[in-house]
Amino acid sequence: MTAELGLAALWLAAALAGLQLLAGALALAGRGTSLAGIVRPVAVVQGVLALVAFLCLIAVFAETDLSVKLVAMNSHSLKPLVFKIAGAWGNHEGSMLLWVTVMGMAGGVVALVERRLPEPTILATLAGQAFVSLGFYAFLLIASNPFERLFPVPEEGNGLNPLLQDLGLAFHPPTLYLGYVGLSVAFSFAIGALVTRQVGPAFARAMRPWVLGAWIFLTLGITAGSYWAYYELGWGGWWFWDPVENASLMPWLAATALLHSVSVLAARDALRAWTVMLGVVAFSMSMIGTFLVRSGILTSVHAFAVDPQRGSFILALLAINIGGALTLFALRAGTVTEGERFALVSREGALVFNNVMLSAILGIVLFGTLYPLVAEAMGAKVSVGPPYFNPMGALFAVPMLVVLAIGPMLRWRRDSFPRIGRQLVIPAMLVGAGLIAMVAIGGVGILPTLGFALALGLGWASVLPLKGRNLRRTPLPVWGMVIAHFGIAVSLLGMSCESAFSVEKLVAIKTGDATGVGPWQIKLDAVQPMAGPNWTALEARLLVRYGDHGKVVQIDPQSRSFWAPPQQTSESALLTRWNGQLYAVLGGEADDGRWQLRLWWKPFVPLIWLGGVLIALGGLLALIGRVASDLRRIFAREKIAYRRGRMADLERAQSEDPS
Amino acid sequence: MQESAENMAQTERMAKGTVQGTIKAKHQRLVLLVIALVVLIGAALLAAWALRNQASYFYVPAEIQAHPPESGRAVRLGGMVAKGSLKTEADGVTIAFAVEDGKARVPVRFKGIVPSLFVEGSGVVAEGHMGAGGVFEADNLLAKHDENYVPREMKDMTREQAEKVMRETTR
Repeated sequence: MTAELGLAALWLAAALAGLQLLAGALALAGRGTSLAGIVRPVAVVQGVLALVAFLCLIAVFAETDLSVKLVAMNSHSLKPLVFKIAGAWGNHEGSMLLWVTVMGMAGGVVALVERRLPEPTILATLAGQAFVSLGFYAFLLIASNPFERLFPVPEEGNGLNPLLQDLGLAFHPPTLYLGYVGLSVAFSFAIGALVTRQVGPAFARAMRPWVLGAWIFLTLGITAGSYWAYYELGWGGWWFWDPVENASLMPWLAATALLHSVSVLAARDALRAWTVMLGVVAFSMSMIGTFLVRSGILTSVHAFAVDPQRGSFILALLAINIGGALTLFALRAGTVTEGERFALVSREGALVFNNVMLSAILGIVLFGTLYPLVAEAMGAKVSVGPPYFNPMGALFAVPMLVVLAIGPMLRWRRDSFPRIGRQLVIPAMLVGAGLIAMVAIGGVGILPTLGFALALGLGWASVLPLKGRNLRRTPLPVWGMVIAHFGIAVSLLGMSCESAFSVEKLVAIKTGDATGVGPWQIKLDAVQPMAGPNWTALEARLLVRYGDHGKVVQIDPQSRSFWAPPQQTSESALLTRWNGQLYAVLGGEADDGRWQLRLWWKPFVPLIWLGGVLIALGGLLALIGRVASDLRRIFAREKIAYRRGRMADLERAQSEDPS
Repeated sequence: MQESAENMAQTERMAKGTVQGTIKAKHQRLVLLVIALVVLIGAALLAAWALRNQASYFYVPAEIQAHPPESGRAVRLGGMVAKGSLKTEADGVTIAFAVEDGKARVPVRFKGIVPSLFVEGSGVVAEGHMGAGGVFEADNLLAKHDENYVPREMKDMTREQAEKVMRETTR
């Protein structure tokens, strides 16, 4: 029953999306001004219905209703409840339903709260949102119905990929989806502004919270995904340039560029066409990412669908949406009048430079991700990894980081280097000191050396915009910028230290024997069997000590065997100190009774994810600051309107009063 | 506060005087566009060049024997782990085995923890490079994780090979 309810809600929502598109388009064409009034309410109801459908799916997963095919394929009655619920979106159909739900709800929120833009722009925006949604509704209902029934009903479900049975993973996809779909709103705003030729600061202010929100979620999603890969895969690395990781990085790069150009547009009315273009590109990257991950043309834990029909469907959606938007852009970009001008050395100049650098990095990542597909079409099987991505990315990231350190100190419109020169002395000295230190240590690669030095300089430079300000009166968005930029320095420092100073040890030892890695002394105390709700495991008890005088601590890496579906995973054990992390993985048992252990000492590695969290926090502060000032403006306007009304009433009363 | 007021006044003066003077009125957008395009095309060309040099090609043993990749270049080797070839060295963590595709065999050395479903007769993709003496030095081994995951390159294996993989790894 719940499944049918969900399906009905989904069909209704799709129909409403069609209505929203039709009414919006007709009203814009001037043929049904009476229809204009229904667009906003329809958008709200559509969002609510999509949510109902999604809640229904969660309900059938929570009760493990095995007569629903999706549940039977992906769930298991013995799974802990939280993973049953997370299983609702841990598969292709459910994740696409989550996508349209978030998209529908975002459209509903725009319809409810956005009152600053001219009404035609909003109509065009909501119609655009409905157009994109409609494609995804069709995809769900035609090619991947999440509520399909199964007969005969199986006795037990297939279970969920054990790698995905992890709390972090339960919240990783929704976080990324919120980011992807937030960018769909930016996309729709860009379409709306292009259609009605209303590209200006008001458009930028309406779009900015959505870009910021999407960007925060993407940042958190990427950070969480990286940490998950780090501890769950047991390979000791934190970024593999896996196509799936790239699929989340590309929208982030585009959103970062968009975030900055939208700020220029809001503050200075410059970069009009560029901002619109980035709005289109950012969501295109989200869809390309989804296509890569969901179409099954790439194999990984994320590739749920291996059904060619689905791949073609997403590809068609991609072509229609991106192609349509780019065509519209080509037709209309010329009619978007040029914004304000600025000198090369100015805040805008620095932001444009970094926009171009980010776009170049985006291009590099996109090329590297798609190249294996292109090569395969031509008959060669290749894979592209760190030897390509690292140096090529760094080529553009290094100048970007330099300008990132300087840019926030520059003034809008026009500035000169001599004016800010003195402030840059200390960061420049820090960069020099960092370079010298790394060269003195010796044996460190070029990229970690550069990264370390730049991180020091950027860390200092990033807080300089606060200099001379009254900290209590500093606006939240400025705090946000400072914290996010500082977060980049922190993350970069973590990456460089991890790359430069990690120590690895691979040994096979008997229980009772000791070994060591870096400053750690490690004793293999015992290896014991363990059992969990849907797995059994071998657990090693390691007694570890930092240096000669540290306290002895116990850590327990596991090698787990799941039985539904049958698969083994290694649960690494991590021990975090202020200056780094000890990372232990239990391998197999050799014939002579020795156990394989893989151990790493990774100095300062947690800074990578701490930096990511700081970046997101900076975004959050900026978002709060922007939304608060928007609200203040709305209230102030209403107050003025109210007072004017009162004055008018009074005047009327006075003029009517004969005395 | 006063400083910022001065700044603003200064910026105003500059805006009126110099900005419009130095940058030819209508052309800024064009100049920006050209610069951006040049950088992006440069990035694309660089990427294409780097991809040719850095992409890691996939080989099966027969191809390795016919056209060995230059030693040191990152490549991937895929095939079946030959029966009876798997040996663990004295340190307990280095293994040696041979990968075969029915036509040729390539010896492989790997130091590390092997994937749990890595056994003789199963399919494997080894990432690494050709070392001295025709031994493939693997940095990483990818084996079948579960029935839904097959290394992409192994999809093209012959039917018998694929069935063998299924039998061996889904026991």
